[in-house]
Amino acid sequence: MAEIKLRQVRHSYSRDHRKEEDWALKELNAVWQDGTAYALLGPSGCGKTTLLNIISGLITPTEGRVLFDDRDVTDTPTGERHIAQVFQFPVVYDTMTVYDNLAFPLRNRGMDSARVSARVGEISRMLDLESMLSQKAYGLTADGKQKISLGRGLVREDVNIIMFDEPLTVIDPHLKWQLRSKLKELHQRVGVTMIYVTHDQTEALTFADQVVVIYEGTVVQVGTPVELFEQPQHTFVGHFIGSPGMNLLPCSAADGATLFSGIPVQTTNAHKLKTNGRRMELGIRPEFIRFDNSGFDVEIVKVDDLGRYQLVETRRAENTIKMILAEGTPIPAENPRIAFDPKHTWLYADGWAVS
Amino acid sequence: MAIELKNVTKQVGAETHVYETNLSFDKGGFNVLLGTTLSGKTTLLRLMAGLERPSTGEVWFDGKDVTGVPVQRRGVSMVYQQFINYPNFTVFDNIASPLRVAGESKGRIRQRVEKISKLLKLTPLLERLPSELSGGQQQRTALARALVKNAPLVLLDEPLANLDYKLREELRDELPRLFMDTGATVVYATSEPLEALMLGGYTATLHQGRVTQYGPTPMIYRKPNNLLSARVFSAPPINTATIQKEGSTFRLTDSATWPAPAALRQLKNGPYTIGIRPHHISVESHGAGAVSINGIVQIAEISGSESIIHFHIEDNSWISECRGIHPYKVGESARLYLDVSRCFYFNPDGELIAHPGAADG
Repeated sequence: MAEIKLRQVRHSYSRDHRKEEDWALKELNAVWQDGTAYALLGPSGCGKTTLLNIISGLITPTEGRVLFDDRDVTDTPTGERHIAQVFQFPVVYDTMTVYDNLAFPLRNRGMDSARVSARVGEISRMLDLESMLSQKAYGLTADGKQKISLGRGLVREDVNIIMFDEPLTVIDPHLKWQLRSKLKELHQRVGVTMIYVTHDQTEALTFADQVVVIYEGTVVQVGTPVELFEQPQHTFVGHFIGSPGMNLLPCSAADGATLFSGIPVQTTNAHKLKTNGRRMELGIRPEFIRFDNSGFDVEIVKVDDLGRYQLVETRRAENTIKMILAEGTPIPAENPRIAFDPKHTWLYADGWAVS
Repeated sequence: MAIELKNVTKQVGAETHVYETNLSFDKGGFNVLLGTTLSGKTTLLRLMAGLERPSTGEVWFDGKDVTGVPVQRRGVSMVYQQFINYPNFTVFDNIASPLRVAGESKGRIRQRVEKISKLLKLTPLLERLPSELSGGQQQRTALARALVKNAPLVLLDEPLANLDYKLREELRDELPRLFMDTGATVVYATSEPLEALMLGGYTATLHQGRVTQYGPTPMIYRKPNNLLSARVFSAPPINTATIQKEGSTFRLTDSATWPAPAALRQLKNGPYTIGIRPHHISVESHGAGAVSINGIVQIAEISGSESIIHFHIEDNSWISECRGIHPYKVGESARLYLDVSRCFYFNPDGELIAHPGAADG
């Protein structure tokens, strides 16, 4: 178990890194608490795997230091960092039984067989693998194998961090639900620091205590799932989290008032504006818009019945505004007018929430 | 092109990949094959494409038997989960390749490629090589190549599965619009219920090599004929349990009972199965029709605005998906409310006997 500190860490894959865009990971200072579940969330190529590899020691950062419990491990090889990793594709020994697969890391470290047996028993119970301990691994399904990979990470008691790199990619959607909740349950039972890399917001939000959102090599926000949803500090967070993401609309702002398409709109943060950015935007999530006769008029483009909710696409001038309504909510047949919830309407200057 | 599968089966060695199947797709329709891995989606696509021959039965296109016609002469385009592009061709040449094979004129090729790249937002990338593209751009290139030849039948096998979440969201929205203009018949295989709902059109639900239902997508979601279709078409999985009918009452547990809806009052006593979707179980009571149940929480997952609570009720593992933040601890007991007006009822053979909207009175 360990607290992780990143001090002025940044990384470039090219030797020439004079330009800002040469850095795959831009300068990062962070303290990650022991026993917390973190998710690193961002699109492909955003730098999340680079960051994971820096922590595990597969990459030495171009600049900066990595500390585990205030011990500098920047130059410590992966093998000595006591990290367990679970990858996209399950790594198991097909010819070994499930038991031997789980016992492998312990036997490697010379643990006696009585303790091995106790530990494997405990872990297999947590993962519901007890009934298949004597089976060979090759006959198992992808999720069965991925559970073994996970079990091998959990079985060692000397592990500082367990890392997951998109572990559910090869799992069927129906089983994803189960495996994902299993991971979270294990985290609550075991309490070891976990870092989970994914581009899937649902996986990140449901798994993590703290989500680290990365965009073009920069950490744009670290927060709880609720904070990321309700108070996105960057338009990327608004866009990337939520399905569909936040509506981002061009606007103008002056003296605490915000105008969108000629209409004054109340926001939660416009009063904090000091200087206008080059790009001023209004952000409102589809969940926080409703039909309201006191609002402004829009044109309804289409309504999708998505079972649990309805996705309504509206338009005003050139702007598309999407709204999410509960199953069965009536949709006005004529003169639709909509209103934004001011508590959840944000003003952004050049991508960043005005503060 | 109208497609018909007539009594088609597919055996591979001792295994049956597709049991006797009859399906017919109208010309220009958007059809979804929805099922988990090994449900037979890919096999059905390959049978339609002519990449495989059925063991028995026939494949008909526009009223003609094409069972023995090879893939090259069927007029189909196929898009796979793995993006397949020629690595040494530019995006333009990748998209143009089927037209060149067909011997189209230079001017016509340029015109078609430009039109389709505009539709798929590839115009600024036409001179790049696939290795210089993101995954989403590579898949859009593969899609463009499949669309450019205006094939009357387009088969897509989980085309978005390897893409980033956000790109998937965008393309799901774009794809049906894209095909609407081409007049092509589309068959789209996916394992994700939400994807099927977003794509719309018609859906065939598949389970272990059998079509369990076929019809307009939202209708199958709202009125699955049987437990299998209901299971295939629910994410998170639909909650099911055996209940007992005793006189005019249904009993789930000793403390969770409710009056039988009018339409079901005449049913004979005994065991039935209910299905209830996770978003119809909540930690807050929603008035009439709410039946309280006690669950032992296995885990509560919190997304930005909702909680997904996995819990046990007697021997059943259930899921509630409700608004608000409810951080239950592992093993904690929770009071939850079932909106029984949203229940599906199935007989012991798994056939639907009542669905929400029809069952109250």
